[in-house]
Amino acid sequence: MINRSLGLKLLSAILVFGAWEIAGRIPVSFAFPTFLESMQALFVMTFDGSIFTAYGETLKPLAIGVGISAFFGIGIGLWVGLSERFDWLFSPIFIVMQAAPLAALIPILVMAYGIGLTSKVFVVCIMAMPVIVLNTASAVRNTPANIKDMGRSFLASDRDIILKIVIPAASPVIFSGLRLGISAGFIGAILSELKITPTGVGDIITYSRSIADYPSMYAAIFSIIVLAVLFLNLLEQIENVLFEGNNRGYVSD
Amino acid sequence: MSYLKGTTVVMSQTNDAFAKAEPLDVDTAVSVRGVSKNYGEVEALKNLSLDFPRGQLTSLLGPSGCGKTTLLKIIAGLLEPTAGEIEIDGKKVTGPGPDRAFVFQDFALLPWANVMRNVSFGLELRGVAKSEREDIAQKYIDNVGLSGFEKAYPHELSGGMRQRVGLARALSVDAQVLLLDEPFSAVDEQNRRKFQEDMLELVRNENKTFLFVTHSIEEAVYVSDQIAILLPRPSRVSEVIRPSSFRGTNVENIRRSPEYLDIVDQIWASLRNYVE
Repeated sequence: MINRSLGLKLLSAILVFGAWEIAGRIPVSFAFPTFLESMQALFVMTFDGSIFTAYGETLKPLAIGVGISAFFGIGIGLWVGLSERFDWLFSPIFIVMQAAPLAALIPILVMAYGIGLTSKVFVVCIMAMPVIVLNTASAVRNTPANIKDMGRSFLASDRDIILKIVIPAASPVIFSGLRLGISAGFIGAILSELKITPTGVGDIITYSRSIADYPSMYAAIFSIIVLAVLFLNLLEQIENVLFEGNNRGYVSD
Repeated sequence: MSYLKGTTVVMSQTNDAFAKAEPLDVDTAVSVRGVSKNYGEVEALKNLSLDFPRGQLTSLLGPSGCGKTTLLKIIAGLLEPTAGEIEIDGKKVTGPGPDRAFVFQDFALLPWANVMRNVSFGLELRGVAKSEREDIAQKYIDNVGLSGFEKAYPHELSGGMRQRVGLARALSVDAQVLLLDEPFSAVDEQNRRKFQEDMLELVRNENKTFLFVTHSIEEAVYVSDQIAILLPRPSRVSEVIRPSSFRGTNVENIRRSPEYLDIVDQIWASLRNYVE
């Protein structure tokens, strides 16, 4: 099974990259490089080290923002899910945040917090936090009543119920919220570098475009996608280690 | 009175004699006094009183919607009665307590925990140290016949095995009263029969009081020392039946006993009007 799924992944990669290569060779646009050209540019950037310097810049707001979003997002989500009052208080904020056109809000953030790290962290948080909060809250609210009853009948304290029943039961949905939130955080990090000040990977993208070095531009975009995919896979591994039995469905199914 | 631990041959006769001679004023473990429960406008239970004798198995039997499960959850302390009270050994029930353990219809296992953790979960919540609770859990895992499955997760087990986990969990906290809410209704027929035989043995060997909710007439008559028939809308106890002659005979003979067949027929006659 593992070999088959690996084979399918490879096949899918070959199809996508092959289509990219062909589209670049036709070419569909002067501004669209082939896959091989882009990979070549990526190698060049890797060997002269410029990509690492760039990620040193980009990862700062990304890591801080994702960290804040995950920690407070899950915390607020638990709170919102457990208490109806906080649901009324907080849910609307995050629903509005999720629906807000972020690009239009960036000038306001820049006016308030300047062009430095703070604004960029804010952008990452605005992208990442709502889905984490809303997923966590709905997962907590939908904890199976029979397992909570079981806990109470075996004398669980409120704290036991939250730590040993509600959180593990909600973990698959919390983790799917984290996955969505973190991928949105990656988008936010790049968006902030394109819209606020060009630094890091955003700088490579902007600069390469301005000098018509399209292979480098696409190489930078490609690298951020690869990084996001790797990170999401890591998160999935963490989830499987933490909640092994959850991996294969619920008992009551 | 106490149930005898001993060989089956001796027991079948002694128990038989006991059952026949047994007076009705046996020691009461759980008593339900004038309990009512309303869900808004709906009266689920109305002024219901019932005594559960210590060391015996009492079934609550009735058509669906007659409030059997509601009554059991009130006794468990999971639901508050609107009126009336529950006493266990003369003490009023105000919530879940260490004197009661619950077996759930849908097993209520933790899907992310293996058999060992599920069985020891009740002890874990009571703050028993890990090695000690795993020793106790191991004993009950062996008792219910799940040796070798300690590391398995619930989704890897059949329905019958899952309920064995639920049963082991309830036994491991060593509560005086075991509350079983239709424990075998989600289990296949062959496993159910095995469970019913095991129940008889449990009642005999564990000196505990069993409260057993079921909708199966045959099951109730087969396993019970006392059967309380509940009728719906609003729920009340219509009669209490105490089978006498076959309780203590060999398990193979119970279903052939004339009294067993008579009681089954009699209960069906009184319930058939209430079946939609």
